[in-house]
Amino acid sequence: MKKDAIGDPLNRVDGRLKVTGRATYSGEYKVPGLTYAVLVPATITSGTIIAVDTKAAQNAPGVLAVITPFNAIKVPGYQPDVAKPIKGLKLFNDNIVYFNGQPIALVVADTFERATYAASLVKATYQKQPFETNFHKNLDKGVTPQNGNYKDYVRGQVNAYKTAPVIVEQEYIQPSEMHNPMELHVTTAFWDGDDKVTLYTKSQGVVGSQKAIATAFNLDPKNVQINSRFVGGAFGSSLRTWPHEVAAVQAAKMVKRPVKLTLTREQMFTLVGYRPYTIQKIGLGATQDGKLIGITHESHSQSAIYEEFTENSVNVSRFLYNSQNANTLYKVVPLNVGVPAPMRGPGEATGSFALESALDELSYMLKLDPIELRLRNYADTDLERNLPWSSKYLKECYRQGAERIGWDKRSSTPGTNRDGEWLVGYGIGCGAFGAYRARTVAKIKLTPDGNINIQSAASDIGPGTATAMVLIAADTLGLPADKITFELGNSAFPPAPTQGGSATVSSVGSAVHDACIALKQKLNTLAGKAPDSNEQIDYAGILQQHSLPMLELTQESKSNDNAQKYSMYSFSSHFAQVYVHPLTGVVKVKKIVAVVDAGKIVNHKTASSQMIGGAVGGIGMAMTEEAIFDDRFGRYVNGNFADYHVPVNADIPQIEAIFIDKADPIINPVGTKGIGEISLIGVAAAIANAVYNATGKRVRELPITPDKLI
Amino acid sequence: MNQFQYTRPAETGTAIKALTKDAEAHFLAGGTNLIDLMKMGIVVPHKLVDINHLPLKQIQKTQLGLRIGALATNTEVAESAWVKEGFPLLSLAINAGASPQLRNMATVGGNMMQRTRCPYFFDTTMPCNKRVPGSGCGALAGINRMHAIFGASDKCIAVNPSDMNVALTALDAMVHITGPKGLRTIKFADFHRLPGEYPELDNTLQKDELITGIDIPASPFTKNVYYLKIRDRTSYAFALVSVAAALHIEGNTIKDVRLAMGGVAHKPWRLATAEAFLKGKPVSEDSFKQAAQIAMQGAKAYEYNQFKLKLAPNAIIQSLKMASGLAS
Repeated sequence: MKKDAIGDPLNRVDGRLKVTGRATYSGEYKVPGLTYAVLVPATITSGTIIAVDTKAAQNAPGVLAVITPFNAIKVPGYQPDVAKPIKGLKLFNDNIVYFNGQPIALVVADTFERATYAASLVKATYQKQPFETNFHKNLDKGVTPQNGNYKDYVRGQVNAYKTAPVIVEQEYIQPSEMHNPMELHVTTAFWDGDDKVTLYTKSQGVVGSQKAIATAFNLDPKNVQINSRFVGGAFGSSLRTWPHEVAAVQAAKMVKRPVKLTLTREQMFTLVGYRPYTIQKIGLGATQDGKLIGITHESHSQSAIYEEFTENSVNVSRFLYNSQNANTLYKVVPLNVGVPAPMRGPGEATGSFALESALDELSYMLKLDPIELRLRNYADTDLERNLPWSSKYLKECYRQGAERIGWDKRSSTPGTNRDGEWLVGYGIGCGAFGAYRARTVAKIKLTPDGNINIQSAASDIGPGTATAMVLIAADTLGLPADKITFELGNSAFPPAPTQGGSATVSSVGSAVHDACIALKQKLNTLAGKAPDSNEQIDYAGILQQHSLPMLELTQESKSNDNAQKYSMYSFSSHFAQVYVHPLTGVVKVKKIVAVVDAGKIVNHKTASSQMIGGAVGGIGMAMTEEAIFDDRFGRYVNGNFADYHVPVNADIPQIEAIFIDKADPIINPVGTKGIGEISLIGVAAAIANAVYNATGKRVRELPITPDKLI
Repeated sequence: MNQFQYTRPAETGTAIKALTKDAEAHFLAGGTNLIDLMKMGIVVPHKLVDINHLPLKQIQKTQLGLRIGALATNTEVAESAWVKEGFPLLSLAINAGASPQLRNMATVGGNMMQRTRCPYFFDTTMPCNKRVPGSGCGALAGINRMHAIFGASDKCIAVNPSDMNVALTALDAMVHITGPKGLRTIKFADFHRLPGEYPELDNTLQKDELITGIDIPASPFTKNVYYLKIRDRTSYAFALVSVAAALHIEGNTIKDVRLAMGGVAHKPWRLATAEAFLKGKPVSEDSFKQAAQIAMQGAKAYEYNQFKLKLAPNAIIQSLKMASGLAS
């Protein structure tokens, strides 16, 4: 019998399928009669489409349809008279162009190549309008979001930092950063009659996708089947259902055949969101002995003129440190661009780069060790919500991280630590991300062979959800992991939340835990024991004794009812060691140590992988990634995988992930808090701070490319 | 897809004839650049003459040095024992470029012919005199961070993207060309051209001529060599600037030197005046600094590539330090 499975370094339960190519992704399903759809992007940045010449495309070999705003069937959910019209871009519903790259037509053909060729033959005539894509020139058009969660925040006195004896007042820039998962966004859609539709689509939440498609086509959600069993990375780009997914369903209806629509890598730069360009002003004021008097954090962030996008870039400054005075302001700047989307560590990653850089600047002004400065301003309670933490071990993160990175080798004077020609620097960057838990339902089934199958409409965009769920079930049931299977990614399963906000293990794990407990109770009762007996259960035996073919039950786990009584966050403390070549500006990130307080860790192996992935994302954010507009045309000049630089293996050093691994007693029965976001939040600041420590050069505009250091 | 004819001649003469007859035909070698350009609609050939079966793959030792067939792959050249021993600079430069997968396919002749990576050349909705003569230069007043600081014109400020070309320029290679009028041999340094009034022309190869191979003369540059490539990520990125440095040192004196830069001009940029200055000078950081200053004479930057005016001389100094052993 297996006990205490939680924490085991279990290999991914679907690892073999993935590495042998037998895991079927959304673009790989062989549906009979499949057709291929290719989008035609607008080449203007604002205006209206006067006409689309589709004749050549329609006459091209293999073409089944060329869909434009002028011939598309109406999508019911796009119409203004419905109760809740779908937000965002309504593709092919009207002839307005809001941004360059917005699709103006969709070609469906019998092969991908023929569709691609025919798409190149589609020619549009436009009435151009003036447009704005330059963020800096349009800062004064920043508005407080309509979304009521982003009001100005004041605790104590506004701009109290200005009254302090020691002041940091700086501006930090995060450029637009693309999710760029390896798997392209792809949707395969087919109708069964007029009222049932099935999708294989890249999705972080099949229940959300089901709702969106049902709303768009005015269908009973039960008649919308969403499958997304395997996802090749998403990072937030598949949290919502995008207009092109609706268009694939629309096209399938029009050609009366299954349609597969795959975005090109270039289209991924305009159609599936990104971390928005953001300028942040930080004001920090402190006493001579390093006690914070005030924090001001003001953020202006890029948004789209046709849809507002918001994220929590300023929130971290309200609660991470013990300042009696804090105020934040958040505005969005609508431009002629595609709408952003949450990207791993949404908001907080951007915000923490600014706050943690500013804190580092303050530490040098005070001649105080950056860790000591953080300790002197350690928040023992959440001053924003005036609540106790459900758990917080950030001090322990500082201590272990400092030890592992070799903080004692750090020189407190920048530019003085050398190894040969290279300047050596050390930096710290911290982060926090809300620990959430949402309602989830799981179905558990015991079969006569003593095996357990659990189903829930959860997702796995890479972290190893099923593997974690198997461990939680193994632990709760006292069974070996190989007796248990967990299925996800199917909207027919009991509902689970979208995989976002680091909440999957907390939410789905709770439902799995509760379902296992309910099963045990039922079996104990059948066996004539007290329902909560902890004696070992003979799973197969009880079924046999009662001549049951199987035992199945569905269990709901609610969201956390302690959310009003406690403040729940995961915390991270990232450490970086960098080498900088003073003559060429070349930076080598030599080592990253990431220490996180994320509650109980369910699977140390997959959790470490997730931490490493987050650190790699942070290295990209810090060192290489930036989508650049030519504002004369409103087009990206590096919207492809050659010129937009995601980090390569050669950029990635040894990354060490350390878990405090103490269960949070409040949030959920397993005690997990989530690591998806905090694995990235704070990394960029740690690297930028290490670069400063090495060189004395403060880079406040990411990415830290060689030209900024010579 | 755009329809095109495809032929696969077995002899050089047949290949050239195929192009003489058809002005819109293109030779196809490794295809690592041409196929991309075709996919993006930048080049739309109606005939491809696949030259991969021509007998031009050999790497041979000759009396004067080394002869490399135009169809030898970048990997074959970089890994050749003769190249590593006699021309290590070439090996270093090739391995600084692209990825192993691309180097396995790309050929020497194809690498010489690769087009610029200027984004305005690649985006068919933007102006580019190289792609559409007379349409204007998108980069001149655009995002020109990657662009030229030497030898540009107001028609084009694009740079040659190759690393291999920089080393071959430094090593005084010769290019063998076959055409309808027979064979000719030119200096590698004369193969690529500056944009001037005709940025659509990357080089001096005539439409129906074929590169058959290159000769690299034996040289004393077998030990003190370095290829320094400064880029935005550690691999699979084009150079912000690169420097091929080769020194022949006796005692502490520079007997001979070769210097060429990449990422700074429409062609690989040989630093002849800096070379002349360094000859006979002692191996010292001071010599290198002065040479770098000389090399930068005439440099001109644009809005987003001002940093190259500092990065380029720094890279020259650093490459010479690495080549000479002053730094490691």
